[in-house]
Amino acid sequence: MKLERSSALIGMVAAGALVFTACGSDDNTASGGADVSESTASCEGKATLSGAGSSAQKNAMDAFTSAYIAACQAKGKTVNVAYNPSGSGDGRTQFIANQVDFAGSDSAIKGDQAAQAAQRCAGSEAWNIPLVFGPVALAFNIDGVDNLVLSGETAAKIFNGQITTWNDPAIAALNEGTTLPDTPITVFFRSDSSGTTDNFQQYLEAASNGNWTQGAGSDFKGGVGQGAKGSAGVAQAVATTPGSITYVEASFADQNQLKAAAIDTGSGAVELSTETASKSIESAKFIEEGGGNLALDLKQTYASNEPGAYPLILATYEIVCSNGYPADTAEGIKSFLTSAVNEGQQGLEELGYVPLPETFKETVVASIDAIGGAPTQ
Amino acid sequence: MSDAPTRPRADASGPLDEGAGGGPPTTSPPDRTEAKIATQPPPGKKVSRPGDRIFSTLATSASVFITVLIAAIGIFLVWRAVPALQRNQVNFLTSSVWNTTDINDMAFGVLDLFQVTVLVSFFALLLAMPVALGIAIFISNYAPARVARPLAYVVDLLAAVPSIVYGLWGLLVFAPAISPFAVWLNENLGWFFLFSTGSGSVAGGGTIFTAGIVLAVMILPIITAVSREVFTQTPVSHIEAALALGATRWEVVKTTVLPFGRSGYISGSMLGLGRALGETMALYMILRTTTQPFSWSLFDGGSTIASKIALGYAEFNNDIQAGAYIAAGLVLFILTFVVNATARAAVAGRKAK
Repeated sequence: MKLERSSALIGMVAAGALVFTACGSDDNTASGGADVSESTASCEGKATLSGAGSSAQKNAMDAFTSAYIAACQAKGKTVNVAYNPSGSGDGRTQFIANQVDFAGSDSAIKGDQAAQAAQRCAGSEAWNIPLVFGPVALAFNIDGVDNLVLSGETAAKIFNGQITTWNDPAIAALNEGTTLPDTPITVFFRSDSSGTTDNFQQYLEAASNGNWTQGAGSDFKGGVGQGAKGSAGVAQAVATTPGSITYVEASFADQNQLKAAAIDTGSGAVELSTETASKSIESAKFIEEGGGNLALDLKQTYASNEPGAYPLILATYEIVCSNGYPADTAEGIKSFLTSAVNEGQQGLEELGYVPLPETFKETVVASIDAIGGAPTQ
Repeated sequence: MSDAPTRPRADASGPLDEGAGGGPPTTSPPDRTEAKIATQPPPGKKVSRPGDRIFSTLATSASVFITVLIAAIGIFLVWRAVPALQRNQVNFLTSSVWNTTDINDMAFGVLDLFQVTVLVSFFALLLAMPVALGIAIFISNYAPARVARPLAYVVDLLAAVPSIVYGLWGLLVFAPAISPFAVWLNENLGWFFLFSTGSGSVAGGGTIFTAGIVLAVMILPIITAVSREVFTQTPVSHIEAALALGATRWEVVKTTVLPFGRSGYISGSMLGLGRALGETMALYMILRTTTQPFSWSLFDGGSTIASKIALGYAEFNNDIQAGAYIAAGLVLFILTFVVNATARAAVAGRKAK
């Protein structure tokens, strides 16, 4: 009796262990052998930095952190960066409340929040430093169609319900030679509030010739389709639903083997690739030229018809104080960001991001160098 | 996952094994007389020993604490919700729009969230209640002790699985598996409003139908555990009396166990319903949101009050925007409160008969 009971118990424990191990699917693969021998990071200052915000840049932040740790290890310093991907809005709020050293955000801090952030920075302006770029794919799943070309205008009409079938004349006109099926279009959007949605709606607003009238914002406003949770959720939903389309960061489209539509900007169809996205970033304009605050004027990028430039990119920022940090924090932030724009860029491409183009990098480095430490430094 | 009911006794084998139920009768008479003596000494108050005072203080402060805590939650919700509600440009209770990004032009209403929450929870309850009843009766009356005990553990183990795991399982494994059945229901019983084509994709699976079934599995252990505990408390004398009158096992269950345990079963179900109403993570993963109005179909998409808050949390920019979600939370708080109060009233009414 006793024996049976204890063996039953062991059985339970074993079954329980199986249940719990089945949940562990963490991807702990190291982001790899960044070359850290020539790091320019000082590794001085506050050793443990904290950040919070955008989940879109989480993987990039992990790569930056491991490169930074490796670079400083080579110099005999122990550092760490704790980044909590709790969402852009939460990141900005925590930055304002002085709970984190920097925030990651999918949109630049502005308006009321910028004023509040200046208070946190002891009166100095908070700067938006665009450090992580990723192309957003118009990922689709149509039986028998491998290549699809859309324009800003047709995309807007699909995502607000003006176009409802795949063989609509407007789509067919962009895809001569491709047989499009007579099936309804199922639109998937992000059910959670997200900076990706915000950027995508801004793109539609800028590139649709007035066909997107719903405005932007972190909640989808198209009025059609179904929402799925997170980038992984929409990508999975499209993968399992024939005739569907969504907007999602390119890395998630790749993971689910989804095809991405090329975008016709008016000067030919542009495929999504690192080169075409990079070209778009290179020509991006800042709202304030020549300043340290590098908030981007993405409207121009989105509406651009530069040949060979893929316009639909997601720019995410690090929000930092331009001045007013305690001296050691300023030193730590500068050291970390310097490492991120240099050795941190290696391997980003495999994670689905676009490394900073050379010319753009120089601007960013200048801005990082201009972050003021306290005078006591 | 702290909402699993505590089970002080793992004794599922029931009082039947303990024989003639002699325990209580032999010990209770002295207890009673002692109690009389203890309360009789008139105004002396000498019986109050330090242990008494300490324990009664602890017990009282614990109950005061929980009351204050609940009141504080209510006050917090109201306090944070009011500024947002003042800026609301539509009727909070009867509107279905949700637009809170621009705090100077806010329009948000809880109607669809409320309806989805109610439908998914009651659907889950409807599925879980009969199954839980069956399991509880089997464990307490039919199963031999050797089977009953591990089975009780297995059911309790369901409550220990994190809800995110249920969510992932529901989304990736269960939704595709149940999809043919859902399509069949939709095609053959679509004339009935619950199975008519809704705003969600029937084949896609991110519907209230899928979510409700997953939720039913999640609330099963609570209902089962509470019911089982109550069923095993059925007085042995009742059972033996029924047996003596020649009742079969089913008749014993019908005439003694069920009437005795009904109130426990109902309160267990209400605990389960309370959990279903507040469940966030699984629904957050499974349910696909929609921009179309809710139509009381199980094949609608949407979000519940709790999952809406979770979906929006990452992009809260300020307290006022958060306040709109907190106002929705307040509705959930009141809903849960009303459901519990109703259940208690029902149980009390039955007892009084």
